[in-house]
Amino acid sequence: MSLRVENLRVYYRTLRGNVQALDGVTFRLEDGEIMGVAGESGCGKTTLSKSLIRLDGRMQYIEGSVELDGARLPVDKQEEMNNFRYTEVSIIPQYAMSAMMPIRRIGRMISELLQSRGYDYQTILPELRRRIELVGLPENVLDRYPIELSGGMKQRMVLVISTLLNPSLLIADEVTSALDVSTQKAVAEALVEFRDREFVKSMIVVTHDISLVYQIADTIMVMYAGKLAEKASTEVIVESPLHPYTQLLISSLPEVGVRYADKQLGGIPGSPPQLLNPPKGCRFRDRCPLAFDKCVEEPPFVEVAPGHSVACWKVN
Amino acid sequence: MRRYLGRKVLIYALTLFVAVTINWMLLRFMPGDPARAMVSRQRPSNPEAYQRLVDYYTERFGLDLPIWQQYLNYWKSLLSWPPDLGVSTWAFPRPVSDVILTALPYTLSLLVPAILLSWYIGNKLGALAARRKALDNTVLPVSYVLTATPYMWLAMLLIWFFAVQMEWLPTSRSYSANLIPRFSFQFISDLAAHWLLPFLSLFLVALGGWAIGMRNLVIYELESDYANYLGALGAPDSLIRRYAFRNALLPQVTGLALQLGVILGGNVLTESVFSYEGLGLRILDAITARDWFLLQGLFLFIVIMVLVCNFVIDLIYILIDPRTRTGLQGASV
Amino acid sequence: MTDIKTTSGTDAVPAGPSGGAPATGAAAPPGSPPGTPSAAAAAPLPVRRRGEWLVFVLRNKKVIGGGGVVLAFLLFGLLSPLFLEHGPRDRFIPQERRAEAPSTDFWLGTTRFGEDVFTQLAYGVRSTFLVAVLAALIAAIIGMTVGFLAGYRGGFVDELLMMVTNVVLVLPVFIILVVVSSYANEIPAFDFNRLTQAVVIGLFSWPWVARAVRAQTLSLRSRDFVDLARLTGVGTLSIVRKEIAPNMGSYLVMVFVLLFAGAILFAAALDFLGLGPSGGMSLGLMLNFSREWSALHLGHWWWFIPPGVAITAITGAAYITNVGLDEVFNPKLREM
Repeated sequence: MSLRVENLRVYYRTLRGNVQALDGVTFRLEDGEIMGVAGESGCGKTTLSKSLIRLDGRMQYIEGSVELDGARLPVDKQEEMNNFRYTEVSIIPQYAMSAMMPIRRIGRMISELLQSRGYDYQTILPELRRRIELVGLPENVLDRYPIELSGGMKQRMVLVISTLLNPSLLIADEVTSALDVSTQKAVAEALVEFRDREFVKSMIVVTHDISLVYQIADTIMVMYAGKLAEKASTEVIVESPLHPYTQLLISSLPEVGVRYADKQLGGIPGSPPQLLNPPKGCRFRDRCPLAFDKCVEEPPFVEVAPGHSVACWKVN
Repeated sequence: MRRYLGRKVLIYALTLFVAVTINWMLLRFMPGDPARAMVSRQRPSNPEAYQRLVDYYTERFGLDLPIWQQYLNYWKSLLSWPPDLGVSTWAFPRPVSDVILTALPYTLSLLVPAILLSWYIGNKLGALAARRKALDNTVLPVSYVLTATPYMWLAMLLIWFFAVQMEWLPTSRSYSANLIPRFSFQFISDLAAHWLLPFLSLFLVALGGWAIGMRNLVIYELESDYANYLGALGAPDSLIRRYAFRNALLPQVTGLALQLGVILGGNVLTESVFSYEGLGLRILDAITARDWFLLQGLFLFIVIMVLVCNFVIDLIYILIDPRTRTGLQGASV
Repeated sequence: MTDIKTTSGTDAVPAGPSGGAPATGAAAPPGSPPGTPSAAAAAPLPVRRRGEWLVFVLRNKKVIGGGGVVLAFLLFGLLSPLFLEHGPRDRFIPQERRAEAPSTDFWLGTTRFGEDVFTQLAYGVRSTFLVAVLAALIAAIIGMTVGFLAGYRGGFVDELLMMVTNVVLVLPVFIILVVVSSYANEIPAFDFNRLTQAVVIGLFSWPWVARAVRAQTLSLRSRDFVDLARLTGVGTLSIVRKEIAPNMGSYLVMVFVLLFAGAILFAAALDFLGLGPSGGMSLGLMLNFSREWSALHLGHWWWFIPPGVAITAITGAAYITNVGLDEVFNPKLREM
C-alpha cells in the first residue's frame, strides 16, 4: 500500500475567521510503514488524522490531494469517502474511551455495525474472537457493556474493532495518552503486531509522546503549527535531528536515570503561534534559537538526504 | 443496583411518612372545629340538638382524644385493610375511599393516555425535528408555545372553539346529566365525547415539552463520541440515529417521573375547567366544602400514586440502562 | 467523597432543552421543557473580561427577542397603572357599555360588571410579575444554598441535604400548593397576600435547583483555584461566594429565568382555582372571573383571551430568552 499526500490544507471555520490548522502538508507513506506524527498540542496532527478519514462539522477542506494505492481518496466528499472508510482507511480515535455505544453490549454493537456496512457478523465472528484473544482480552468481552471495561481494555477493544476489516491504512490518534505505562506497552505492542500480521498494511500513529513513537515507529514526522518540520527514520530523528524544533523537542525529554540536579530539563520557551492569522514565513521563527533574516520567508519542506526531509533555511 | 434501589425506596418511605404527617397535622391545626363546621351545614333547629350533634360528630371523628393518640389512630386507620380514610362531610355519609374510587377512573382515563401518548409522540416528533431542519423550524416554535401555555387556558380555548362556537363537543362534565352510567353504546359514545377535549388539553401542553426535550437530547447524542466513531467507520446515518435515539430516551424516562407532578397539576386545572368528575375536581370540591377529611384522603391517595409511579419508573430505568446494573467498577485485566 | 450518582439521569448534570446543551433531562424544573438547563454540562465560562459577555448576550437574537417581550410586559405592568384613572375592580362603566367588545374607548373591552379589561390586564401583569419574581428569588436562594452546601461540603451534609431535596422533589408540587393554599386561605392569622403566596410557591420550587447547583459545584470544587483557596485557610462561605459562584454566574441567571417562568404558571394556576389571595387583580384571577361569569358561553372573548395570551407570551418569552442565554454561555466548540 502506499499513501501520497500532496499539499493538504484543511481549515476550521470559526466566527472569527478560518483557523489554518493544517496548512499544506506533503508526505508519503510506504507499505508496512509505521509513521509516528509528533508535535505539540495544536500542531495539526489530529486535524491531519481526521482529514484522512472524516471531516467533522467545523472542518473545511481547502485544497490538496490524497492518494491511496494509486487511487484518489475523496477526502473532501463525505458520501464517496464512505466506500473507503473502515475497509481501506480506519481510525482509532482520540476519544476511544468513550467511542463505544454505552448501552449496547459490545458484541451486539459490532454486529449491528457490520450488518449496516453489508458484512455478515457470523462469518467474521471467528476472526473477531481470534483477535480479541490476540490482544489479551477475555473471551466474554463481547457480552459485556463498555462500562465494564477498564481504560486499557477499551483501547484494545477499539483497536480490534477498527482493524476488523483489515484496512490498508490505520490511523491511531493518541492511543496511549490516557493509559498507565504498562498498558501503554501492551497497546503499543499490539499495534506493531497487527502490522506484522498484516491485519493493517501501514499506520499513522499520532501522539505527543515521542518515547512511545520511538518504540514502535519506523519513521517519525514532526509537525509544528500546522506545517511539517521534519520527517525521517526514527533513529535519525532521535539521534541526529536537523530541524531546530526537533532538536529542542528531543533534548527536552527526560532520560531515565538522570536527575534534574545533574542535568536540567530544557523546555522550549514561548508558545506556538495562533493559527487564526498565522505569521508569515517560518512559524517557528519566534522561538527558534537559530532564526535569522531569511526566516521571514517560508522554508520549503525538501529532502536533504534519502528519506529525510526538513523545512528549515539553516539546513538547506 | 441494590444500592440504587435501596436509596430510592428509602426516599419514598420518608416522603410517605412526611406526607402523612403533614396531612394529618394540617387538619388538626385548622382553626375552628370540624365537627361544628359539619353541623352548621345541617342547620339543626334548636341549641340542644346542635350540641348533641356536635358531640356526636366529635366522638365519631375522634376529635376528643389527646393529640398524639389521634395521630397514632390516623396511622392505624391507614395501615388497616382496607385503609380507613374516614367519612366525607361533603358527600356524607359516603366514606372518603368510596368518593376517591368513584372519581379515580375518570382521572385515570385522562392521565394515562395523555401522559403515555404525549411522551411517545413527543419523543418521536423531537427526534424527527432533530435531524430535519425544515421540520425543526415548525416543531420548535409550536412546542415552545404549547409548553408555555397554561393548562387551564388551553382548556378554555378548546371549549370556546369546539364546544361553544362549533358546538361539536360538549362543554363540561364527564357525561351528560340526563344519562345513567351503563354499558351501552349511547353512554360510551357520550362518555368519549366528553372525554376528548379534556384529554386534548392535557395532551397538547405536555406534548410540547417532550418534543423540545427529545430534540435537544438527540442533537446532543448525535455529536457524541460513539456517534463520531461510527461515522468514521462509515456507518449509515440510520444506525447512528437509532443509537442516538436510544441513548436520548434514558433521560426522558427519568423526566417522566419528574413531570408527573406537573401533569397532575394540569389535570386538576383541566378537570376544574371541564367540571370533569375526577380526583382533581374532588379536591376542589373538598376545599370549597371545607371537607378536610376528603381533602386529606385525596392528598394521601395522590401522593401514594405518585410514589408508586416513581418506583415503577425507577424499575423500568434499571431495565433499560445497563450502567445501573453493572455499577461503575471496571473489570480488571 | 460523595459518589456522583451518574446512574440515574436525574442525578447527573442536567441536559438540555430549553437550551440546548444536552444534559440529562433531569434537573429541569417541572413544568418547563424537560432537560432545560442544559447548562448542565455548563462548563465554567472561559476566561473573558466581564464586559465582553454582555456584548455577546445583547447580540443574541433570542435573548433580545425573548427578553424584549418580557421587558415590554414588565414595563406595561409597572407603568400603565400610573396612567389609568381607575382600579381593576372599579365598576365605573355605565350599564349600557358593560360586557362590550373592545372599542376605541376601552381597548380590551369591558366586563359585565363594568370593569375595564385593559386596566385589569395592566394590574394583573404587574401583580403576576411581582409574585413570580419574588417566588423565583426565594426558590433560587434556597436551592442555591442547599446545592452549594451539599456539593461543596460533601459527606454527611451532602447526604442529608440530598435526602431532603429528594423528598421534596418527589412530592407533586402543584397538589401541595393547592392543599397549602387552601389551608392558608382558612387561617386569618396567616395573612394570605401576594407576598405570602410568593413565599409558598418559592418554598416548593427549589429542589431541581439544588440538584443542578450541587452538580455544578461538585465539578468546580475539584478545580485548582478552589484548592488554592482552601489551602490558604479561606472559609467555606467565602470560597463559595468568591470562587465558585462567580464561575456559575451564567448558570444561575438561567436558573432564575426558568424559576420565574415556572412561578408565573403556578401563580396563575392557583389564582385561577380561587386559591390565591382574594384582593387585587392577577392574570389568573382574570381567568377565574371570566370563567365564573360565563365569558366562554357568552362569547366575551376579550375577558379571557388577553390574560391567557399574556401568560403564554411572558412564559414563552422567558423560555426563549433562556435558550438564547444558553447559546451565549455555552458556546460549543464550533465557535471561538
